[in-house]
Amino acid sequence: MAHINVPEGVPGIRSLVLFRPETGKPLYDLAQVLLRGESPLSPAERELIAAYVSSRNHCGFCMNSHAAAARCLYEDEKGVVDAILTSVDTAPVSEKLKALLAIAGKVQVSGKSVTPADVAAAREQGADDREIHDTVLIAAAFSMFNRYVDGLASWTPEDPAVYEEMGRRMAKGYVLPQTNQ
Amino acid sequence: MAHIDLGNDLPGIRGPMAFRPETAKPLNELAEILLRDDDNTLSRGERELIGAYVSSLNDCFFCQNVHGGLAQYYMQCDMPFIDAIKRDPMATSLSGKMKALLVIAGKVQASGKAVTAADVAAAREQGATDREIHDAVLIAAAFCMFNRYVDGLGTWAPQDRQYYVNRAPQRAAEGYIDFDLYK
Repeated sequence: MAHINVPEGVPGIRSLVLFRPETGKPLYDLAQVLLRGESPLSPAERELIAAYVSSRNHCGFCMNSHAAAARCLYEDEKGVVDAILTSVDTAPVSEKLKALLAIAGKVQVSGKSVTPADVAAAREQGADDREIHDTVLIAAAFSMFNRYVDGLASWTPEDPAVYEEMGRRMAKGYVLPQTNQ
Repeated sequence: MAHIDLGNDLPGIRGPMAFRPETAKPLNELAEILLRDDDNTLSRGERELIGAYVSSLNDCFFCQNVHGGLAQYYMQCDMPFIDAIKRDPMATSLSGKMKALLVIAGKVQASGKAVTAADVAAAREQGATDREIHDAVLIAAAFCMFNRYVDGLGTWAPQDRQYYVNRAPQRAAEGYIDFDLYK
């Protein structure tokens, strides 16, 4: 049971933004612009960064839902998602994405742990300033979303089918939920 | 120097916000509703204090001084009082409710999962409502984002702490939405 009186039977962040839609609005707007807005990183890559950071924060709800969204967006290459969540080193993704995930992993620990060498390594693999910026902000934002979801002990469904359905909806974009449905 | 070319020499979060206004918009809207909106039973000073406390735990110089300066301005206290709260809220004259909310905020800073039912019950015993507990958790979580954004991009920060105190009245009046990033 959640720590506060949020709508029952509604999972994760949805229950929290139904409890407090005023703060929910900018949170959903942030997710939409950061994960779906114009960016040199594809929506699939951005969802993957989100799932990776959520996995490192042990936030089951965010990890499973954003992994599901990433699988939808990667389509035929959806195996990439579980490969990354198992081991970045051996996953079949570009060296650039691996370097960006290394930065995201540092941000998950602390902003200060990102070094000029981490950034130089990403640049050597072709990452530009916008990609580095977006990676840092996605990792920072999920350090917030994960704490929000778990800090209030919102409901984390166990059934994988629930996340598949969620992932299909999320792949289309982020719109503030208006009702419990 | 920042890790990326921000195209400006603005301090702290203002640098990346000017670099990417599309994401700055919801970030500022979140700060406005969470920290400054008057439809809240926590005062602006109390909410800024939670932001400053979490930023201090995250060792983010820019954020802890901006928001410590604002808390100081709203609470009409001095810098030593803000610093005492950052060191140990329990040893200060803050209300029992604020102390309990800062315990929760400190847990959120470490990990969302660190918050226990007992922490929440303790805050309720001191009179905290569900909305206040919600806002304390979200403020703490949001500063775990803002702090990482500011430090993860290696932005610079003015080192004179009085700079932030001097700016606080103007920042309090402008708020987080209708302000000029370049001023």
